[in-house]
Amino acid sequence: MKNIEKQLAELKSRIEVLDKKTTEPKVSMIVFSGDLDKVLASFVIATGSVAMGMEVVMFFTFWGTPVLRDKNKSVGGKDTMGKMFGTMLPKGAGAVKLSQMNMGGMGTAMMKSLMKKKNVASLEQMLEMAEELGVKIYVCEMSMDLMGFKREEMIEYNGLEFCGVAKFLEEANNSRIQLFI
Amino acid sequence: MQEEVTVEKVIDLKGLPCPMPVVKVSKGIKEVEVGQVIEAHSTDQGSLTDFPAWARTSGNEILKTEEDGDVIKFFIKRNV
Repeated sequence: MKNIEKQLAELKSRIEVLDKKTTEPKVSMIVFSGDLDKVLASFVIATGSVAMGMEVVMFFTFWGTPVLRDKNKSVGGKDTMGKMFGTMLPKGAGAVKLSQMNMGGMGTAMMKSLMKKKNVASLEQMLEMAEELGVKIYVCEMSMDLMGFKREEMIEYNGLEFCGVAKFLEEANNSRIQLFI
Repeated sequence: MQEEVTVEKVIDLKGLPCPMPVVKVSKGIKEVEVGQVIEAHSTDQGSLTDFPAWARTSGNEILKTEEDGDVIKFFIKRNV
């Protein structure tokens, strides 16, 4: 009898360890790209994941960072490089271009009108929907700093936070699905 | 004799492409009680594969699927 109790206690502690190792129904995504098509795909997966009952965390880094700029906000006090990045990179979700067939903006404009015709949600609508669904967004602090973006010029998004690689790894470690886009 | 189900709510998803059908149906099903049935009408042909996948993952149940021309009708029971 004592033996059984001992075995039971051992089993319990082993289950506890396993519990901690079990991943959550969560999707962690790195949005590295700033291309319209790839960011759109990221949001399709994000909103779809919530529908499937999963939690979603998106990490915007490098070229993905300017997608989250607010087109109506401008901030001063940037150095020359910061100003240059600010001018050359898209200002917000409405300004990003296709990765292929952009053709000086013509291709992107055509794709957008086609999307409208076919009822496909625009990137701006996708962002709104993601916020409503509780998709969590983190922005890479290092990219912000590198490109000279300031927190004040980013969009208003419920729960938007700035972070580093450790936060992503913590979330990814607990997620069943990890994607790099 | 065909079994009768009481449909609590009808969700119109006609004309909506991916990912809207599953996003809307997952929201809509929360508006009825567990055990109740909703009917979803989609014209997105991908829904035929997507809805069963959504139901399996979210723990809900598709009781019946009917195709009426371009419109696919799903009868879904809320289980969770």
